[in-house]
Amino acid sequence: MVDAFLTSLRRAGLPVTVRSASSFAEAVLVLASPVLSGRDDRPVDLGSVGESVADHWYWAARCTLLSAPEQFPVFDAVWAAFWSAPARGAGPQPVGTAQDPADSVTDDHRHSPDDSWEHGDPVPHGGRAPIPPSDRHDHPGNTSDAGLDECLDDPPDDAPGIRHFSAGETLRTKDFARMSAAEHDEAHRVMAGMRLVTAHRPARRRHRLGSHGHRALDLRATVRAALATDGELLSLSHNRRRRRPRRVVMLVDISGSMEAYARSLLRFVQATVSGAAVRSGPAVEAFSFGTRLTRLTRELALRDPDAAMKKAAEAVADWSGGTRLGESLRAFNDLWGTRGMARGAVVVIVSDGWDRGAPAVLEEQMARLGRVAHRVIWVNPLKATPGYEPLAAGMAAALPHVDAFVEGHDLRSLECLAEEVGHAAAGNRSRASTRIGLWA
Amino acid sequence: MSQPAEATPVPSTWLSSATVPDVVAALDAYDYLADTGLATVVLLAVRMGRPLLLEGDPGVGKTEVAKVLSRWSGGELLRLQCYEGIDASQALYEWDHARQLLHVRAVEAAATAGGAAVDPGALDGELYQERFLVRRPLLAAISHDPAAGPPPVLLIDELDRADDEFEAFLLELLSDWSVTIPELGVVRAAVPPLVVITSNRTRDLHDALKRRCLYHWVDHPDPARELAILLRRVPGLQSDLAHQVAQAVAHLRTLGLYKPPGVSEAIDWATALSTLGLRSLDADAVSATLGAVVKHREDLERARASDLASIGMS
Repeated sequence: MVDAFLTSLRRAGLPVTVRSASSFAEAVLVLASPVLSGRDDRPVDLGSVGESVADHWYWAARCTLLSAPEQFPVFDAVWAAFWSAPARGAGPQPVGTAQDPADSVTDDHRHSPDDSWEHGDPVPHGGRAPIPPSDRHDHPGNTSDAGLDECLDDPPDDAPGIRHFSAGETLRTKDFARMSAAEHDEAHRVMAGMRLVTAHRPARRRHRLGSHGHRALDLRATVRAALATDGELLSLSHNRRRRRPRRVVMLVDISGSMEAYARSLLRFVQATVSGAAVRSGPAVEAFSFGTRLTRLTRELALRDPDAAMKKAAEAVADWSGGTRLGESLRAFNDLWGTRGMARGAVVVIVSDGWDRGAPAVLEEQMARLGRVAHRVIWVNPLKATPGYEPLAAGMAAALPHVDAFVEGHDLRSLECLAEEVGHAAAGNRSRASTRIGLWA
Repeated sequence: MSQPAEATPVPSTWLSSATVPDVVAALDAYDYLADTGLATVVLLAVRMGRPLLLEGDPGVGKTEVAKVLSRWSGGELLRLQCYEGIDASQALYEWDHARQLLHVRAVEAAATAGGAAVDPGALDGELYQERFLVRRPLLAAISHDPAAGPPPVLLIDELDRADDEFEAFLLELLSDWSVTIPELGVVRAAVPPLVVITSNRTRDLHDALKRRCLYHWVDHPDPARELAILLRRVPGLQSDLAHQVAQAVAHLRTLGLYKPPGVSEAIDWATALSTLGLRSLDADAVSATLGAVVKHREDLERARASDLASIGMS
């Protein structure tokens, strides 16, 4: 009977290992319920056994088989169905913004731009899929970020932040929206080799309390040295200051307007997440948002990019739907930002800024985010379009709180982004936040 | 009760004949109002000899569980507060280098005065003795003498602030319950301590560690239980006022605040109101004491905008 219950849990997608199954069995025995001994395989109607015993089994199962609050709703459903008794106890609210029925996928998907987007002036080139004209050439750009100019001008072959297989120059500068399927595959292969590398020197693993800015004495090494010189402290050993890279949080817009870019950008994010999982670089967290916020770190952390993308596609429910930037950012701030994930981190928002919600909400949430994050980088695939100006109300509202506003439409801009993020994530943990008004 | 094959420490027999309602009643006697879920998990943790992993928002009472268990069992509470960069020497043990240095100087001075030479081998042996060993919480938990009393309660607080290497080290310790000090030998726990690990979930803990423990998510209490907690924890609190505070705090948690108030903030608020001698939660009372429950500026603005006084009156 217990076996059948565990099987149905596994079928529902919960990871139940042999070890946790035996723990559950042990827990049930410990609770010394007389019901389990000598019964056949019929599901027992727990109403006849007694509410409290069912309660205890529920909690025993929950504490031995589950390990995250997101699993609670699924577990409750399986429990209710299997044991024909109401489930009790609730974990925290599942991740996601409130579902507005008007924002269902069918509503926003594939509408012409005129009736979908409420705010601001339409994009200068007037199309939902931002396909740049065929004679696109590099424009000097309106950016005042000198570092990015350098990156775009000089191919960063020797830069410390980038490692990539050699790809044809044309592929590197080809816009994702214009790539064929074969080119997409090639680009994804290149991206799989990208990593976020922070150029910090690895310090020794000794971090002493109180070492603010000066180095603390390493007493152990000092005493050892003193033994050799008859107890005389002739030389003092110091600890080297430990530097850890900052966390990187990636928020990717996967709504309808980003459809041409979303998959490629998610591949890039997957490369950074799985790279971070393997080495000790900066820890990367990945989220997707459209009408709701979905955490994808676990799904994307697999080493095989295709498997990772497949798992991510299953986890994401609002693919190519509407955009609720402000609400999604609020969900991130409430559920993860307050827990400290964004504190001192480098936050990368990949979006074209088209938002169905009110710009005031977006501005407020960006302000909140900016107060705790170390650096906020906004990646906009539309930015490279000649003549683009962030006039849409959502984008304009968010810009004052953004530290760096960069492009993200082809491989080269993604390499620049990786370098920029790597540099931002390196360095010591001192809090220095300067807000650059790029479009003042 | 089954035991893992490789464990030589003998689990304690505490609570071997207790049931879940007994645990609820016992925790209640120590002013901790637990729900059935937490009581079940506590009982299982003690009887199965597994660590208890409590996750939840700050202020819901995770640390309090360990303190109450310590008072109930009579074992000493050993608290290890984790922080970023913590490593084995701060958690396990350290040699008292300053005293060692002074000892070396003293021996040398005595030898010089007496005209004899210092024997380095003997000096080395003297330096690494028990009296120069600083036992940090983990080693203290392992080296507890069962004849001295009940096994201690080891509280590992905010493990999510530590890093992966520390987690791996902790996992090894929780599995073997033994530690090798190179200079002194192997220290093995005769009776394993009762371990409570708390986490605020700023990051995911490793699966291996989670599987080793019994996992429980501690949620905010519902208004009825919060009312009971307030009446128990704040002496002299009027029942009407407690009811209003419980309702108001429950409402605050729905506002999407930056930091939603926990049980400890509710207790602080009730204490503040009671200390000021206020009888009911009107607008003046709210404005005077809101800082006790809401601690961020934008949260304060939002709370003021939501008209708490009328909520409390319902």
